[in-house]
Amino acid sequence: MMEHLPVLVVIIPLIGAYTSLVGGWVDRRYAFPIAFINILTQFTAALLLTVRVMQEGVVRYNLGDWLPPWGIEYVVDRLNIYVLLILLFLSLLCCAYSKRSIGMEIEERKHTGFYTIFLLLVAGVTGITVTGDIFNLYVFLEISSLAAYTLVSSGRGGKGLVAGFNYLVMGSVSACFILLGIGHLYMLTGTLNMADLARVLPPLYTSTTLHTAFVFFIVGLSIKTALFPLHLWLPDAYTHAPSTVSALLSTVVSKMGVYATIRILFSVFTVEFVVGYFPVMEFLSWLAAIAIIAGSLLAIAQRDLKRMLAYSSVGQMGYILLGVGMVNQLAMTGGILHMLNHAVMKGCLFMVAGAFIFRTGFRRIDDLKGMGKRMPWTSAALVIGALSMIGIPPTVGFMSKWYLALGAIEAGQWVFLAVILASSLLSAVYFWRLLEYVYFREGEGGVEGGTGDVPLPMLIPMLVLAAACLLFGIFVSIPLSLIDPVAESLLGGV
Amino acid sequence: MIEDLFPLLLTRYNYYMAVIIMMIGLYAMIAKSNLVKKIIGLNIFQTAIFLFYISIADVRGGTAPILIEGSNALYVNPVPHVLILTAIVVSVSTTAVALSLVIRIHREYRTVEEEDLMRMEGGSG
Repeated sequence: MMEHLPVLVVIIPLIGAYTSLVGGWVDRRYAFPIAFINILTQFTAALLLTVRVMQEGVVRYNLGDWLPPWGIEYVVDRLNIYVLLILLFLSLLCCAYSKRSIGMEIEERKHTGFYTIFLLLVAGVTGITVTGDIFNLYVFLEISSLAAYTLVSSGRGGKGLVAGFNYLVMGSVSACFILLGIGHLYMLTGTLNMADLARVLPPLYTSTTLHTAFVFFIVGLSIKTALFPLHLWLPDAYTHAPSTVSALLSTVVSKMGVYATIRILFSVFTVEFVVGYFPVMEFLSWLAAIAIIAGSLLAIAQRDLKRMLAYSSVGQMGYILLGVGMVNQLAMTGGILHMLNHAVMKGCLFMVAGAFIFRTGFRRIDDLKGMGKRMPWTSAALVIGALSMIGIPPTVGFMSKWYLALGAIEAGQWVFLAVILASSLLSAVYFWRLLEYVYFREGEGGVEGGTGDVPLPMLIPMLVLAAACLLFGIFVSIPLSLIDPVAESLLGGV
Repeated sequence: MIEDLFPLLLTRYNYYMAVIIMMIGLYAMIAKSNLVKKIIGLNIFQTAIFLFYISIADVRGGTAPILIEGSNALYVNPVPHVLILTAIVVSVSTTAVALSLVIRIHREYRTVEEEDLMRMEGGSG
């Protein structure tokens, strides 16, 4: 059992998808518990896998006992396990949250299908994190993306459909670019195994074909991670998706894109290539810096709460890529730490937005007057999430910005340091406005929708994430103990 | 210079064809307002990549990779074919999801023209 863990974490949700479908046919109420128990089992398996990774360093698994590089190999190292734990923890909370949240937003007869596709998405993102084969990565990317398109358009009303369609077109084009990149790599080397590629590529670093492949990868992955200016599908998709799906997209789906980018940049192509032979990191960092500022400015201009959070996500993805792009230990630590932080904070905030919509139906920030009194716990979670987004100690958002700033100083990139500080101010602008409406403006009496917080299944995931914002901020050494060796091994060549 | 160009074009025309077909698909995705035509564009785009993969698998004088005892035939590389079988499955599922979305969009708005959709969405906020 233990030696099959790397593949089990992928198979459990795949089986779960079909069990919840069959369970849902028997009785619609069975779909949720089956899905939840499944992700819980998967999370437990991931924890067991973590123990193994901690003991052995790298866990390898040959699928069907075919030896690499011919067969598909699953490789789990510290980076994988770190991302895997974030993804599964957030999926688990989103799943718990969805039980009540989708009641209003998705038609009753579609609930079974919702959980089935939810589990397929989880299977896809898990597969991306554990696989060591580049074509396998493409297939899992498509599984999770297809599930994501469907989930975005699963709500009531037509806007989600159009947003889902645009997301599908952009996402498919990006997947095609990645496929082309894989094709070029295969043409050049005849192998698809990541470790093998990293081994055979160095003599070919000056090859034009390799450069073409690399550009295809960068463009494709930039669309998937919604790096500015290729973010155009994101705001609509996040805004019009059901709340629980928005939380899932902003935490799980976006992280998987970032993970794939880091993997391909540093494990397939190496630091030596991206810095020395094809100096793209400088370009990526500048793009990320523009994304941070543009995302924050666009967020300030928004009146719709979810749309504001969506634009702020564009900026936050910029932070992660900026950390990766500066290519030094401190910045890399900051960037990878920010993957956890962004998942925790944005998940919390999207759940709060969903809770406001669930209770009152209000989406616009202006309508949220006096919510602090009406929904005290939800608003408390909002405050912690917002403070963490701005980066006020002791929340977790402060820690990653701290490392990013240190990294910028070490790299001597004063512009990036200014960008990090300026964007903190900008996010303070849009979050203070939100907090002002929620706490300091009086709501009109006799509003519809009733008062009181949302039901416990929605409140608990929100509060867990809010608590995580504080706990990871205070005990930041726990994630850092995992991240430090990761950053070191990724930068191994420098 | 020009003399060099012709062999270049002739020996590598499979790549040029793939790029041309790809651009036709991309053009359809960008320029067409009809959502179904966008999906067709996407399919053309994907087909170009399939052809690209298949063409790189070819070995001159190679035959289908079926192992026969005792023969030392030259085989074409089967791996890209297998990869593309998977990619075709992905492409078919993408098309299926896209078409089902178009059907629901049509039910909701009674149109599949992007221009009309934008006008309607703009009107309702």
